[in-house]
Amino acid sequence: MPDDNLVKISDLSFAYDERPILDGINMEIPRGKVVAIMGGSGCGKTTLLRLIGGQLKPTRGSVQVDGRAVDRMGHEELYALRRRMGMLFQFGALFTDVSVFDNVAFQLREHTDLPEELIRDMTLMKLNAVGLRGAHARMPGELSGGMARRVALARAIALDPMLIMYDEPFTGLDPISLGIIGQLIRKLNDALGATSIMVTHDIHESLMIVDYIYFMSAGRVVAQGTPDEIRASQDPFVHQFVNAEADGPVPFHVAAPSFGQELLRGVGNG
Amino acid sequence: MARGLLDLVEQLGHRLNEKFIRLGFATRFFFTLLLFSGQSFRRPFLTVREVYFSGVLSLLIISVSGLFVGLVLGLQGYETLQRYGSSEALGILVALSLTRELGPVVAALLFASRAGSSVTAEIGLMKATEQLTAMDMMAVNPIARVVAPRFWGGVISMPILAALFSAMGIFGGYLIGVVFIGVDEGAFWSQMQASVDFRLDILNGVIKSFVFGVAVALIAVFEGYDSVPTAEGVSRAITRTVVTSALAILALDFVLTSFMFRGL
Amino acid sequence: MNRKLIDLWVGIFVAIGIAAFLFLALKVGNMSSANFAETYVVQAKFDNIGGLKVRAPVKSAGVVVGRVADIRFDPENYQAVVALKLESRYQFPKDTFASILTSGLLGEQYVGLDVGGDDRMLAAGDVIAKTQSAVVLEKLISQFLFNKASEGAEQK
Repeated sequence: MPDDNLVKISDLSFAYDERPILDGINMEIPRGKVVAIMGGSGCGKTTLLRLIGGQLKPTRGSVQVDGRAVDRMGHEELYALRRRMGMLFQFGALFTDVSVFDNVAFQLREHTDLPEELIRDMTLMKLNAVGLRGAHARMPGELSGGMARRVALARAIALDPMLIMYDEPFTGLDPISLGIIGQLIRKLNDALGATSIMVTHDIHESLMIVDYIYFMSAGRVVAQGTPDEIRASQDPFVHQFVNAEADGPVPFHVAAPSFGQELLRGVGNG
Repeated sequence: MARGLLDLVEQLGHRLNEKFIRLGFATRFFFTLLLFSGQSFRRPFLTVREVYFSGVLSLLIISVSGLFVGLVLGLQGYETLQRYGSSEALGILVALSLTRELGPVVAALLFASRAGSSVTAEIGLMKATEQLTAMDMMAVNPIARVVAPRFWGGVISMPILAALFSAMGIFGGYLIGVVFIGVDEGAFWSQMQASVDFRLDILNGVIKSFVFGVAVALIAVFEGYDSVPTAEGVSRAITRTVVTSALAILALDFVLTSFMFRGL
Repeated sequence: MNRKLIDLWVGIFVAIGIAAFLFLALKVGNMSSANFAETYVVQAKFDNIGGLKVRAPVKSAGVVVGRVADIRFDPENYQAVVALKLESRYQFPKDTFASILTSGLLGEQYVGLDVGGDDRMLAAGDVIAKTQSAVVLEKLISQFLFNKASEGAEQK
């Protein structure tokens, strides 16, 4: 029996040039679970996904997926691993020059030598799973935001990945589409026996579907727990986040000298 | 005052430095591109498709422009030559100017603005909408799958378009000179054949257009791939493609011409 | 846009390119003559080649029979050595006379071959013994003026 954790992140730090983004992150993502990583905009959540997918190299620490360090893999090895990963991008990132069907069939055609009839069956099966088999001939430009997200989801699971990553799957969706995507994330994870990591700031939808939540702020993990623990938490940060308060541990104002002083100085200079 | 001048010089140095760094990036990008080209050649249709988009779709503009350049050359050339009583040399004038210079250069300039800009836009938009990142996450190398076919499509199309441009131009010169003005047809062609050398003039013209093709295609894919992934960034990248291509074509033309025809 | 149509168009496109190239090579350039024919090279030494250039035509009786392939300076005899590339279908006697001529008053210079009467023919690597140098216009004019001047002096 291998490690119970599919993804293990230890002491992970990352900086763009001199600007630190992540600072000493530790996380464990158990197999078969749906885990949410939450935090305000710009706290490094998306960077974290990029590090797990091996698109960025950490400045310190390591990311292990299925027991092997992603940051020490060569090009071939990394690509072999990515075939077992699926990723849903924030706005879907569908290929705009080909149809919905070709989008979902993309990986099957690139990575397998299956005959076209089999690819057709598999593609329609994936599209059926997200309820869009009827839209297979449309172009991505003809889809609504929610439908595009579902197509991207079908594309992410085309090769039955062991790990599915979601980058802000709920952004810009109406409440109905939002509910549909949420349900699909849970359902597909369980049906495929996969593990899911979801980066989001939509707390209420997440609390309904995930098994575990990490809260991040300013590049650090500040709180974690199961949905029940989070709801009951008295941690000021979690409290601010869950209740969407404007001011708290995450301040409303960007750090600045006092307003009165600034006004007076403006007069002096003018 | 001196302070401002110093700042200006410093800024100039900084800009120059940035240009060199970008040139370094472009060179490294070129080698990566060559490295992954093998992968994309295993599926020739990817490149054939790009030959369609950059070559076939440029056919109209190239042949019409070639024809008009030939017509103008015929008119202007006749006006000048007949002053010296040598209007039979019109064929030589039209053919040499087209095969040596105008064919490769003007076709490449048109190609840069027609096909180069659209390649930059396409790659830039794919980058801005995370399509390239998505592809990379799906274990498909975007350089092999998206960039290399567009590069080779341009490299293949360019010499064909330049040859077509020259041929159409010579036909235009023939139309004006022989059909409308009435220069002797036999003299037009025979003088042309006697003075246009296959290796020196025509092959060198083809070599030029090939070099321009590599330059324009590389600039187009690099600017697209290197663009800032926003709407504004992509539109700037398109402008840079056209401007840089034009400068590169004219500078390379000077270098190539001095090697080919002066034997430097 | 389906795949077959794209294939077809690209095929047409490449065919147009080949056609344009052949037009340039055969109709515009001199590819149709000389270049495919087999050739042999003979040498000719001249005291002065004037403005003769590599690739200048070699003519006999006004017909182009070859091209100048190479021009060197021979430091031992202080002569110009001109390599003539002649088409194999034209054979010339050993005592053929080579001279550097000008087409028109100020036109391009070329090598003219005047056929001799020898039974043996020139072979590759042979040297044409009898040559006549280029007429250099400046020399001609100064000679003419000099003669005129001396004539004038005699008459006085």
